Amino acid sequence: MQKRNIKPVRFLAEVGILVAVFTVVQYLITTGLLNQYYQINLTSMCINIILAVSLNLINGFTGQLSLGHAGFMAVGAYVSAVLTMNMGMPFLVSCLAACLAAGLAGFLIGVPTLRLKGDYLAIATLGFGEIIRVVLQNIEYVGGPAGILGIPKLTTWPWLFGATLVTILVVVNLVNSSYGRAIVSVREDEIASELMGINTTRYKVLAFVVGALFAGLAGALYAHYFYVIKPETFNFLKSFDILVMVVLGGLGSTTGAVIAAIFITVLTAVLQSFPAVRMMLYALILIIVMIYRPQGLMGNRELGRKTLGRLWGEKRGPAEH
Amino acid sequence: MKNVALLNIENLHKSFGGLSAVLDFNFHLEPQELVGLIGPNGAGKTTVFNLITGVYRPDQGSIVFDESPITGLHPYDICKKGIARTFQNIRLFKDLTVLDNVRIALHKDVPYRMSTAIFRLPAFFRGEKEITRAAMQYLEIFHLDSKCDELACNLPYGEQRRLEIARAMATHPRLLILDEPAAGMNPIETRELMGLIRGIRDEFDLSILLIEHDMSLVMGVCERIYVLDYGQVIAEGLPEEIRNNKRVIEAYLGEEVG
Repeated sequence: MQKRNIKPVRFLAEVGILVAVFTVVQYLITTGLLNQYYQINLTSMCINIILAVSLNLINGFTGQLSLGHAGFMAVGAYVSAVLTMNMGMPFLVSCLAACLAAGLAGFLIGVPTLRLKGDYLAIATLGFGEIIRVVLQNIEYVGGPAGILGIPKLTTWPWLFGATLVTILVVVNLVNSSYGRAIVSVREDEIASELMGINTTRYKVLAFVVGALFAGLAGALYAHYFYVIKPETFNFLKSFDILVMVVLGGLGSTTGAVIAAIFITVLTAVLQSFPAVRMMLYALILIIVMIYRPQGLMGNRELGRKTLGRLWGEKRGPAEH
Repeated sequence: MKNVALLNIENLHKSFGGLSAVLDFNFHLEPQELVGLIGPNGAGKTTVFNLITGVYRPDQGSIVFDESPITGLHPYDICKKGIARTFQNIRLFKDLTVLDNVRIALHKDVPYRMSTAIFRLPAFFRGEKEITRAAMQYLEIFHLDSKCDELACNLPYGEQRRLEIARAMATHPRLLILDEPAAGMNPIETRELMGLIRGIRDEFDLSILLIEHDMSLVMGVCERIYVLDYGQVIAEGLPEEIRNNKRVIEAYLGEEVG
């Protein structure tokens, strides 16, 4: 009964915090207190959050190891860039088209590959991601290996904030519903899930499409901030980068994905001037986390409300795989 | 007589490579009936269950459930037609809560659309409440309601078995298939289980088909028994008849030395 009274208050508080964060950052940008350097990193951070949260839906919640996320990001980046530059579409239309195109690509790739499991699926998605990149490299219309230059800078803080928020909300709301439970049951035990009346193929494809869709959105935001897109940007190392965030944050934890995305972005920025050290430290941190926290920073828990106090709490029974 | 059978299986064949796991299997089960399937290890009992529930596709033969053929359908479609099962080696959603295990079984009749969930419309909250209420009802029947927030993997063995039955029941089946429900249970737990099985059958108006090695359970609850050996039915009948059947005794203990 007490809970019921807290609910609207908590909701308002959450909205308040979001509005405050948005306004403060917006203020810092307009007054020039947040210089170019910080703005670039802020943009990367938001894009990484979108990528990590959406990949986590596929890898973490559905348990399907996908290594082709950069490919979907590329589809979104290219489609949106072509639409704004060659067809004069407004940014919103470009973004939506990027989502649709990437989602469609996710569907086309997901239907045949999601019959595979584990390592085989990983290799197939890796291959498809590379195929997308190589195809783009060979289309003259989008500049071949040189890519597209001179994309207008339309990605502003409100866009980034809105896109990140929408991504997180959609994934969280989807996961915390009966559909989300069906998705998680596929990860837990595919056979039992089928025998409980769940069309597992359908939910795997669903997660794959939704994940790809938001990767496309991240691609559109990326293209309209960094002026230039090249096929090489979206190679499998990029997919791997996103995967690292998801694994670091904890497979199946959205808050974990967000935290890891922020952490990795900051780490990359801090170590920018020491490229050699950067990769070593990067590897070292990963190894340390995997030794002391093999389930990722957050395991499959969420941060907030209930679990806040138990973040580093007791181990969760014999759940080690 | 055929038209009243809830489940009717004719000439079912399944082989793996050169090995015939199930050979010319014929079987029928009436509504409300409690039937046992027994046989020595490796006789093909679980294979029969896997064929009925669509995990395997039969090489030959027909399976008709409630007058509609289900041969070769996907497991989830067979579940929707009203067949639910448990597993010999427990297959719960281990890292999820007891409540979620049952709620997943209720997903096939989810009362709201996915878009409703994403936009968190009122119908979503109503639907979730309804699903949770229904799930708690099943948990109460199986005395697991106090453990609804525990992870399934943290339950003791006997309760995991019970949760599996609760989860299967949540798909509201008309035929419940239990694969060695008493495996690993002590005699007291087994006796409780017998009561539970009879109770389910009477209360929910369904048929039960079970595999079991514990003869006290099989003889105690089953109204009719099929005996399988080397993929073939070697005997069928009332528990009394099976107990004294010469072929059955041979299959279990070996032939008498002449």
